[in-house]
Amino acid sequence: MIDLRLDEEHEALRKTVQEFARDEVAPVIGDFYEREEFPYEIVAKMGRMGLFGLPFSEEYGGMGGDYFALCLALEELARVDSSVAITLEAGVSLGAMPIYRFGTAEQKQRWLPRLTTGEQLGAFGLTEPGGGSDAGATRTTAKLDGDHWVINGSKAFITNSGTDITELVTVTAVTDVKPNGRKEITAIVIPSGTSGFTVSKKYSKVGWNASDTRELAFADVRVPAENIIGEQGRGYAQFLSILDEGRVAIAALSVGLAQGCVDECLRYVGEREAFGHKIGTYQAIQFKIADMEVRAHTARLAYYAAAAKMLRGEPFKREAAIAKLVSSNAAMDNAREATQIFGGYGFMNEFPVGRFYRDAKILEIGEGTSEVQRMLIARELGVG
Amino acid sequence: MPNIVVLVKQVPDTYSERKLAESDHTLDRDSADAVLDEINERAVEEALLLKEAQGGEVTVVSVGPDRATDAIRKALSMGADKAVHVSDEALRGSDVLQTAKVLAAAVGKVEGYDLVIAGNEASDGQAGAVPAILAELLGVPQLTHARKVELDGTTLKVERESEEGITRLEASLPAVVSVGEKINEPRYPSFKGIMAAKKKPVETLTVADLGIDAGEVGLGNAWTSVLEAAPKPPRTAGQRVTDEGDGGSKVAEYLVAQKLI
Ligand SMILES: Cc1cc2nc3c(=O)[nH]c(=O)nc-3n(C[C@H](O)[C@H](O)[C@H](O)COP(=O)(O)OP(=O)(O)OC[C@H]3O[C@@H](n4cnc5c(N)ncnc54)[C@H](O)[C@@H]3O)c2cc1C
Repeated sequence: MIDLRLDEEHEALRKTVQEFARDEVAPVIGDFYEREEFPYEIVAKMGRMGLFGLPFSEEYGGMGGDYFALCLALEELARVDSSVAITLEAGVSLGAMPIYRFGTAEQKQRWLPRLTTGEQLGAFGLTEPGGGSDAGATRTTAKLDGDHWVINGSKAFITNSGTDITELVTVTAVTDVKPNGRKEITAIVIPSGTSGFTVSKKYSKVGWNASDTRELAFADVRVPAENIIGEQGRGYAQFLSILDEGRVAIAALSVGLAQGCVDECLRYVGEREAFGHKIGTYQAIQFKIADMEVRAHTARLAYYAAAAKMLRGEPFKREAAIAKLVSSNAAMDNAREATQIFGGYGFMNEFPVGRFYRDAKILEIGEGTSEVQRMLIARELGVG
Repeated sequence: MPNIVVLVKQVPDTYSERKLAESDHTLDRDSADAVLDEINERAVEEALLLKEAQGGEVTVVSVGPDRATDAIRKALSMGADKAVHVSDEALRGSDVLQTAKVLAAAVGKVEGYDLVIAGNEASDGQAGAVPAILAELLGVPQLTHARKVELDGTTLKVERESEEGITRLEASLPAVVSVGEKINEPRYPSFKGIMAAKKKPVETLTVADLGIDAGEVGLGNAWTSVLEAAPKPPRTAGQRVTDEGDGGSKVAEYLVAQKLI
């Protein structure tokens, strides 16, 4: 009845991405991170091996795989580096997925073929400078003027929105206010370079330094009426479902980071000596590593369980929130412990654990904070 | 449209610790992860580049135990069309001559082959002899250690790289080419390729199917045998040279003593 083994293809994919991360990402990513530079060449290679197309059908240039395949790829990438993993996650699950799920045939033909191959990137702008958790409080507006939407407002912290290969940003905007005072929210595609659409310079961030995050401003930005995704007023419902999936993806990414911490520590404790012995011989260190492995393993089970429900087409909101909460915690705890095990070297950027430490915190914030996950879980249980 | 055969071998991952079995000094296959040898990935890549430019078909040929199917699948998921897998208990411990003989028979099963592409040297045995022996057995030209391969109709041009320099070779098909590290950067299989590979035909043959007598192959009948094997000694601490104005010449003396310069 229960079988958690990966099937042959998923296992082959996992191995391939593991090899890619080890051979192509690990040797160079530290430099990009320190220079806060977007690694175009690595992203292009990820595109050539089809990672941006994993959950999409071949009709639109995809690989004909599923969302779980994407999760496995994210886990293996994040085991080595989170910046490239989040670039993939945001490009696929936030950039391309809304169009794939809710777009018209014409929109899919027009945008997906370059997004699924990673030649171009898509972004999704929901969060605003005034708030992210309360998505219903969106202030950006879009008004229909003839056959164009006119958009005004701003968005904050938008991943992939300002690279040289960013093709579009899908933004949520208020298109009407209902008689009961609730805002009607619609998702609209704004192609990069549209007049009135400014992308500010990159934020200076604590982590994810080789990924692209920007603030966006819209001053009378005009896009054709047909750029809305799905029906007018469906934006809120759409991004809720996009975010449910995204949480499973972020959980997978977090598990990767948590496991990467174990990988690094296993290597280190067999080499480093203190008081005349390898530090791995001390039980205090062994127990830390055992706890780290426990966290990575249980978090993986949580995201597998959420993904299994998602793929079966069953409601998975609760499982997704649990997976995201547990695994981002695991990532944060493991990064802290791994850094501790590395001692002073753990605080140096030249070792991956220092990078893991800096990259872990955002996992408890992005795509719904840990508080928001708890709110969702409680709500699913019928309280609150 | 060239009909290309690529020879692939499954080897222990160079990232893991590799061992020989204590009893008979053959490879301890359980000691390390088994992977498609990287040089073979380059051979497959070269075949795929030729196919993409000129059409044709790519057949993978491998001699190895049952688990070598993983390496074969990888070559197929990169884009090769089909495979021939020679797997037989009798082959265990075969040396380069025996292996080349089996390969020659297996290549013979690929009707109308034009070009055989191999890696120049496997990362486990490192004999580097199989492509040349195979070419002799097949009676076709050998163009080894290629860093560049061009195919124009039935004329094959190869840049051969050795310590002495670059040699330009030319031959008519059919021929055997072995490729070196610099030939290309192999692609990673895509998920689409991985799924497609499951449906590609793999013909599994025994030595008897190839008309070879089991008594001609295997450890007991090998022309060469390993008498003794010892693990690499652990790395010792280096020699520290303190620079008291003469550091440069001390380092040079050391290098001269080691015959490094
Ligand atoms: C690097 C990075 C990349 C990002 N990429 C994207 C992107 O691509 N697209 C996008 O749309 N957004 C993106 N975000 C934004 C991210 O999703 C938000 O930061 C996040 O949802 C939290 O929103 P906020 O920052 O406005 O915090 P707030 O909503 O202001 O929350 C502040 C604090 O209050 C807590 N809180 C809020 N409401 C409650 C409540 N009811 N009960 C208890 N506690 C509460 C929160 O949990 C948090 O601790 C990104 C952020 C970062 C840092």
